Amino acid sequence: MSEKVLMKGNEAFGEAAILSGCNFYFGYPITPQSEIPEYLSRELPKRGGCFIQAESELAAINMAYGAAAAGGNAFISSSAPGIALMQEGLSFMCCAEVPVVVLNVSRCGPGIGGIQPGQADYIQATRGGGNGDYKIPVFAPSTIQEAIDMIYEATYLANKWRNPMMLLTDGMMGQMMEPVVLPEPRKLLTSEEIPQAKPWALSGFDHKNGQRSLIRALHMQPTDLEIQVEKIFTKYDAMEKELPAYAAEGLEGAEIVFVAFGLMSRLVREAIEMLAEEGIKAGLIRPKTLWPYPYAAFDELDFNSTKVVISTELSKGQMIEDVRLGVEGRLPVELIYRTGGVVPTTPEVVERAKKILEGLK
Amino acid sequence: MKPVFTYSEGMERVETSYCPGCTHGIAHRLIVETLIENGELGNAIGVCPIGCSVQAHKFMHVDMCEAAHGRAPAVASGIRRVHPDKPVFTYQGDGDLASIGMGEIIHAASRGERFTTFFINNGIYGMTGGQMAPTTLIGQRSTTSQDGRTVEANGMPIRVAELIAAVDGAAYVERVALDSPAHIRQAKRAVQKAFAVQKMGVGFTMIEFISSCPTNWGLSPVEALGWIKEKMIPYYPLGVKKDITAQNVQEEEA
Repeated sequence: MSEKVLMKGNEAFGEAAILSGCNFYFGYPITPQSEIPEYLSRELPKRGGCFIQAESELAAINMAYGAAAAGGNAFISSSAPGIALMQEGLSFMCCAEVPVVVLNVSRCGPGIGGIQPGQADYIQATRGGGNGDYKIPVFAPSTIQEAIDMIYEATYLANKWRNPMMLLTDGMMGQMMEPVVLPEPRKLLTSEEIPQAKPWALSGFDHKNGQRSLIRALHMQPTDLEIQVEKIFTKYDAMEKELPAYAAEGLEGAEIVFVAFGLMSRLVREAIEMLAEEGIKAGLIRPKTLWPYPYAAFDELDFNSTKVVISTELSKGQMIEDVRLGVEGRLPVELIYRTGGVVPTTPEVVERAKKILEGLK
Repeated sequence: MKPVFTYSEGMERVETSYCPGCTHGIAHRLIVETLIENGELGNAIGVCPIGCSVQAHKFMHVDMCEAAHGRAPAVASGIRRVHPDKPVFTYQGDGDLASIGMGEIIHAASRGERFTTFFINNGIYGMTGGQMAPTTLIGQRSTTSQDGRTVEANGMPIRVAELIAAVDGAAYVERVALDSPAHIRQAKRAVQKAFAVQKMGVGFTMIEFISSCPTNWGLSPVEALGWIKEKMIPYYPLGVKKDITAQNVQEEEA
């Protein structure tokens, strides 16, 4: 473990990717994540890795697919509309069972939208933004340190499951600085080590005792495709058991329970302190994974005290669908949100929460 | 008795999914024969994107991956970064390369990517059933140009080999045809040259094969070969469009 260092979010995300063993990065400039390709263009060539500035996000995700299909650990980042363009590749990689770590430093949409932070890619991220039956685990860090740790873990999980892993963060997290402790670097695979370490990967059959590798996402026979979909869903079933993660704070005796992830959870924590000063006890469920969603968190609610569960979002009510699925009708579910890249102030969250509480009385 | 023609060890012993008279099989064979001659069949990696040839991995006995429509040059660029010393190739049709994948192919050539693209130009979308391609000739009928392609509606067909040759990162570009034994022998030499230049590491290499699609052209296999000779080759002239290794030789001589 290193000393504590002060790092800008985007640069820390890039550094975390290198330390986690991702030595292949393919980037395309888009605000507010352009510091990631800038950082990695400078650092990767010095440290046994490789950077290409792709001609588009479509090319970038497909370069990542090629590198990962060939046994490299690939990392890729973009922001909301750029991630939308990458969906073709992500769907393809899920079907072909090829790992990659994808980071969405999200801005607000729809369309080109704006460059301010948003969480309006929630449904795109968690419901499969591309075509077909597939899933991508989505991690939602609330600090830069947590993002570093999640990138490190996601690199391991992507290889373990041979499936893309995504981190959903936002422009404010990408642009702010925080003190962080960097992890120990993982050893990078050399080209010669790949046939043994990843026998499924493309490396030429002479290096695998004559066994050819074929990496495919096309199945012309419906029954063949059905078998492949069922196969990847056995992995998703296992992920649904293993991966859901959340933090619950102050649920016991709480009148209000907020549900918030990432940047929004930090604002909500302040709001909870302000409400406490006014004698209103509130708690927080902070999902760390958005798919699989930690529905079990809602079984921890204090049903004697809690009057309302409030999904608190930087989007026009996207996560609220999962909150309702978790609450299962046991309590009213309400929404506090700002959208378009507007981040609410803490007093604004407090006032809206109080109004919701009064409305229930 | 000595057999004069047998299966290539580089081809799987299966029936192909290609129509009678289609020249994909010839192009496949030229590629794997060359890799065998170079002792590199088991070291090579191929990329086959969507189009009839997306299933080329069922027929060519090399490590291969499929790719989304048009994206093979990006995929091969990624593969190349992981395996800097292995033969890497893409095998792309004209809808794939010259329409949806035009961005990827130009930029791969521009970066001087050290892989070889085998470009099958049969002037039509095969897999989807005979729609107009960027390479469909003026006057040629397709399911989306039913009275024949017109300049007014669709512009002129794209001459890809000349286009790629104009890109600085391209090292070797040749257009060949698969309509006659003499042309096929020349095509084999072109494939050999492309892999040799790839190995030299001096830039991007591409061979354009003028190919037949009897099914979607509505012609018999023999008529289709005649169409290549009479209609396609006049618009798509054969020959070496770029060879920087020859330029180097000339410079050295000068």
